[in-house]
Amino acid sequence: MLEQLRESVRRDEVFSFLKPSPSPLLGKNLDTSHGPILYLEDITVEFDGFKALNNLTLTIDDGELRCIIGPNGAGKTTMMDVITGKTRPDSGLAYFGQTIDLTKLQEYEIAQVGIGRKFQKPTVFPNHTAFENLELALDADKRTWPSLRFSLTAEQKDSINETLEYIGLLDCSTMLGKNLSHGQKQWLEIGMVMMQKPRLLLIDEPIAGMTHQETEKTAELLLKLAGDQSVVVVEHDMQFVRSIANKVTVLHEGSVLAEGSMSEVQNNQKVIEVYLGE
Amino acid sequence: MEFVKERLLGGKEGARGILILAVLLLIVFPLFLDIFRLNLVGKYLTYAFVAVGLVLCWGYGGILSLGQGLFFGLGGYAMAMFLKLEASDPESTKIQSTPGIPDFMDWNQLTALPWFWEPFNNLFFTLIAIIVVPSIFAFIIGVAMFRRRVSGVYFAIITQAIALILTVLIVGQQGYTGGINGITDLRTLLGWDIRSDSAKYILYFVNVVLLLGVIMIGKFVITGKLGRLLLAMRDKEDRVRFSGYDVASFKVFIFVLAAAMSAIGGAMFTLQVGFMSPSFVGIVPSIEMVIFAAVGGRMSLIGAVYGALIVNFGKTYFSESAPVLWLLLMGALFITVVMAFPNGLAGLWDKYKDKLNRDSLKNGFRSLGKREKTFDIKWPKITLPKFRKKETEVKGVPSNIRGDHA
Repeated sequence: MLEQLRESVRRDEVFSFLKPSPSPLLGKNLDTSHGPILYLEDITVEFDGFKALNNLTLTIDDGELRCIIGPNGAGKTTMMDVITGKTRPDSGLAYFGQTIDLTKLQEYEIAQVGIGRKFQKPTVFPNHTAFENLELALDADKRTWPSLRFSLTAEQKDSINETLEYIGLLDCSTMLGKNLSHGQKQWLEIGMVMMQKPRLLLIDEPIAGMTHQETEKTAELLLKLAGDQSVVVVEHDMQFVRSIANKVTVLHEGSVLAEGSMSEVQNNQKVIEVYLGE
Repeated sequence: MEFVKERLLGGKEGARGILILAVLLLIVFPLFLDIFRLNLVGKYLTYAFVAVGLVLCWGYGGILSLGQGLFFGLGGYAMAMFLKLEASDPESTKIQSTPGIPDFMDWNQLTALPWFWEPFNNLFFTLIAIIVVPSIFAFIIGVAMFRRRVSGVYFAIITQAIALILTVLIVGQQGYTGGINGITDLRTLLGWDIRSDSAKYILYFVNVVLLLGVIMIGKFVITGKLGRLLLAMRDKEDRVRFSGYDVASFKVFIFVLAAAMSAIGGAMFTLQVGFMSPSFVGIVPSIEMVIFAAVGGRMSLIGAVYGALIVNFGKTYFSESAPVLWLLLMGALFITVVMAFPNGLAGLWDKYKDKLNRDSLKNGFRSLGKREKTFDIKWPKITLPKFRKKETEVKGVPSNIRGDHA
């Protein structure tokens, strides 16, 4: 009791309720001075006795492109859910940069501090044009009143058109989301995540259901993205992973089985047993 | 100017729609209807406030509230309390055992005005309360529900339950609320007789102007980024959330806005009809109001007004000629609309217009720079049992007159 009181009136700390809530700007001043941008330690998530994640420890460096592979049920999507706040871990630490505790933030706050997520199934707004899809994702003040009075500046329009060009959808900017092809939807969603100006992009199975050409184009897109931002890609297709990744993490039964370059991982005996050898 | 045109009127097409409606309500009806019918139209138009709110909250926000009568009632009761206090001055209530309090309180052995009636002596307070009380109510319901991510059918059922609770409360607390009879015998507003023909005319016009104002507020919301967000939330809520928007606060906002609109309608109802009772608060009126919005078109603010007018004209006509049939007809109407015209009258109008514009349509979407205006509305699918048709092949008859399309 006394201890708690002392903690809350500490002289070198401001009362916690006086601290400003995370602002959209926070992502830009992210403290990554020690290297990693994302830091997960001993994360455990249990669903009715089944451990979807079991003491998972993982760090992602700033500007890195990391691929995460693993058999079905290895916990890849659950890991993304934990990072983006959709699922709360039962125990463990999840930090974004040096200071932001992800387990304490709401999903929308996590998106605002700079973590973007692309879902497995392409999720774009079906009744909005491609341009509007990007406009809604645009990095701006996302509270209710500012959204009511919002109007696009010329700069913002340019940046949306730039992104449209980048993802190859400039010609389709007035097409409704539902009328786009599967591949175009996937790119549009990647574009939407980019519009948020995230520091970390989580991309779940970007090439599922894509043709060969579309896959190549996606690989190019992701490679271009990495460097400015950190990118984490979850993917099943080994060919695709080999073509983009320099570092691969293998998940198995909720924890990290192996980590390293693609050739290291492929020659790892344990990995061969559970995944590649089957 | 640009702002007024694009945001308040909703572009050229929206402005035309508002103009037609304004001409109809402000010129055509007053010229061709006698004061009794006009007053009736005024009453219907108060429901249109609720329907417009429902378009925002249900059509755009995807939040189906089956309890809008709650807010309509709160607004109406706030107005009625002021009028009732004015009607109960000591002079005209001197035969009561406690003069100066509303008659129903006296009948229920109350000897003093309850504290929450006290501020309703003031018109200014009343006008604020008409908007603020229902808004606070909606805010509390909204925060409690949307923060916990209650949505869809569950939300609809809960709002319905709350509307029912309020009705039971009003009926049960007869001494404070007037019970099942409601608050009746309202006469004057600051000494101005609201039952005279001239007052009815003026109130009708005030009502129409307020309604047009509410429609413009609605246009302002849906033409902006917030409107696009609402639609996006309805379609793909998770994507909106992971784009960094606090979905719950947007839902609370639109729900409160719809509640405030309904409350204005309720207050205008009390003024024009001259009383307020629990029969305008509960489940049945709340569902009727959803039907108004559905018939008019739940994606169209102006359509909702026509929906409220047409359904109510029908109601009045049929309850004068065949009262028993009305409820059945209303049900049939609702089912027909849901199955055949999911976008209501406004949807039919758009389709008809599209037919005229077919030539200018190319590649499935309109000229560049203009957004497509088709909405994908997910109504629950109702499958009727299929009856096998007997093959009665008539030889020699061209297929198009054989009735194969049936």
